[in-house]
Amino acid sequence: MKILILIGNVPDTTTKVRFNADKTAFDPTGIQWIINPWDELALTRAMDLKETTGGVVSEIVVANVGRQETEGTLRKALAIGADKAIRIDADAKDAFYVASQLAQVAKGYDLIFAGIEASDYNGSAVGGMLAEMLEINSVSAVSGIQIENGNVKINREIDGGSQTIALPLPLLAIVQKGIAKEPRIPAMRGIMMARTKPLEVVQPIAVEPKTNITVFTLPAPKAACKKIAEDQAKDLIYLLRDEAKVL
Amino acid sequence: MNFTFTEEQLMIQQAARDYAQRELIKDVIERDHKAEYPTRHVKALAELGFLGMLVSPEYDGGGMDTVSYVLAMEELSKVDASVSVIISVNNSLVCYGIEKYGTEDQKQKYLRVLARGEKIGAFLLSEPEAGSDATSQKTTAEDMGDYYLVNGTKNWITNAHSGSIYLVIAQTHPEKKHRGINALIVDKNTPGISLGPHEDKMGMRSSDTHSVMFTDVKVPKENRIGEDGFGFKFAMSTLEAGRIGIASQALGLASGAMERSIAYTKERKAFGKFLFEHQSVAFKLAEMAVKVENARNLCLKAAWLKDQGLPYGFASAMAKQYAADIAMEVTTEAVQIHGGYGYVKEYHVERLMREAKLTQIYEGTSEIQKIVISRELLK
Ligand SMILES: Cc1cc2nc3c(=O)[nH]c(=O)nc-3n(C[C@H](O)[C@H](O)[C@H](O)COP(=O)(O)OP(=O)(O)OC[C@H]3O[C@@H](n4cnc5c(N)ncnc54)[C@H](O)[C@@H]3O)c2cc1C
Repeated sequence: MKILILIGNVPDTTTKVRFNADKTAFDPTGIQWIINPWDELALTRAMDLKETTGGVVSEIVVANVGRQETEGTLRKALAIGADKAIRIDADAKDAFYVASQLAQVAKGYDLIFAGIEASDYNGSAVGGMLAEMLEINSVSAVSGIQIENGNVKINREIDGGSQTIALPLPLLAIVQKGIAKEPRIPAMRGIMMARTKPLEVVQPIAVEPKTNITVFTLPAPKAACKKIAEDQAKDLIYLLRDEAKVL
Repeated sequence: MNFTFTEEQLMIQQAARDYAQRELIKDVIERDHKAEYPTRHVKALAELGFLGMLVSPEYDGGGMDTVSYVLAMEELSKVDASVSVIISVNNSLVCYGIEKYGTEDQKQKYLRVLARGEKIGAFLLSEPEAGSDATSQKTTAEDMGDYYLVNGTKNWITNAHSGSIYLVIAQTHPEKKHRGINALIVDKNTPGISLGPHEDKMGMRSSDTHSVMFTDVKVPKENRIGEDGFGFKFAMSTLEAGRIGIASQALGLASGAMERSIAYTKERKAFGKFLFEHQSVAFKLAEMAVKVENARNLCLKAAWLKDQGLPYGFASAMAKQYAADIAMEVTTEAVQIHGGYGYVKEYHVERLMREAKLTQIYEGTSEIQKIVISRELLK
């Protein structure tokens, strides 16, 4: 079984976001780039599957659309344990553009993992689009995956509970939190081996993005906290349940 | 001149940071309080390759350069210097010593398991009456033909209990003074070795420190490192390398305390303003930043020289003295910036301050580093 993982290159989650002068583009100065957190979890789960299913998973490949400066992110994926990386040499313009590029390299895999969204533009669109382009099944909001006798069993978080479904391959799984507990930390050996693993650069195909960005705005600063008057303690329960969703 | 790190160096830094901020942070206060050895963490860090990161892959090590080691030690020490000293002693004293000066047999037998972190090493130089003055070794290694008979007491030994491969420095030919000293690899299970009680320390409480007593301990001749009488040179050369580890540990204590201070001044208000808006607090942060940056540059310079195969003893002494001294200063100021909160365990900085103190003492006190530095100047 071959697994492909789509790897987004995103700014570190603690980044202070700035835009260019006319607010139409993100200002990448001084940014530290990381693997999109959901993609990193997907890779972690793929590694677990490879290690625990006794040879069922033969190869784990990672792919992204990005310029040379995103290779650090791919090499980190190789250090974590992917066997091979593919970089499509283009700027990631929008979800349609990215999915169209990935469709060229995503054929022939049994299982494809896409993150539920990217932690930068939160588009949540690439996975679904790619599955349609490849004409394979896709499942979203996947929070668990097991392989049993060549089939996959998938857990999904649904409102107020969870669902388990069994599906044939090939399949594109759009994963969210829960797919793996914590992203894997690459070991020295992996970091050393990443040097020698293949990183293939593929030229982009001609395709027009479907969107263009008019303006970015930053969210209003977060309110520090909500005060609830003593005699309205009941409201606290509702807020915790319906807004904070911690109950 | 090139101040940029390679992708690999950054990956190692990030791996150490991730482990420290995700895992070590969870129980560091509790382990410090209970003086509990970090068994789980040592195992996990061994699996990640940190215990033998400097050792060549030929002997199951990580094959990383010393610059990467500085970056990793800094990140781990920001959170937990008890864990980082275990790594430092194993890597830069024990593994380094055996890899550089050991025979092929010694490397096969001892270095591999140490590099994999399956066994932990300890370095036994200090004695009750031989600390800074390491030449006056009272522990003896009597030459009995095909083995050495070791007798004496070693003091303040990090990893004495958790470790099982000892590098012991002992006197074979007292008449030759320090030229009569030998370095021996000793298996802790050898009959005649016993440990004193766990030292109840001010800081680094999660690392184990004991005195070690040797009574007629037989050590095979083939366990001697180098020629007869090479032991003192061996110890000094190993400490030269070890200092880079402890200097980076001090650096991490300082930068960790600084990072916590910066964050705190953005949260805490006094007189209607955030702490950082009070200039005297902001200036403290600026002074910390300059010291931390200087210490980092000294550590990296020493590491770089070592990686280039150039002499680095002078640089590592400077790095160790400066980083340790500023670690004490910066952590003390960090407690001050935190006010009363700085004085309780929950805010971490009091622990960093207790730990910083040790970096001025072990692997050569700050005064001893100044002796090394000034001697070099006056050569
Ligand atoms: C927690 C801990 C862990 C340790 N781990 C190890 C270990 O794993 N292995 C090991 O071998 N040792 C270890 N040590 C020992 C450590 O290296 C020694 O404590 C250190 O070298 C100082 O020796 P001393 O304690 O005998 O102090 P002394 O040598 O007695 O020094 C006392 C004071 O006098 C100063 N002084 C001494 N000589 C001079 C001089 N010529 N000029 C100016 N000032 C001088 C010193 O700087 C110091 O301030 C450890 C110590 C501690 C506390």
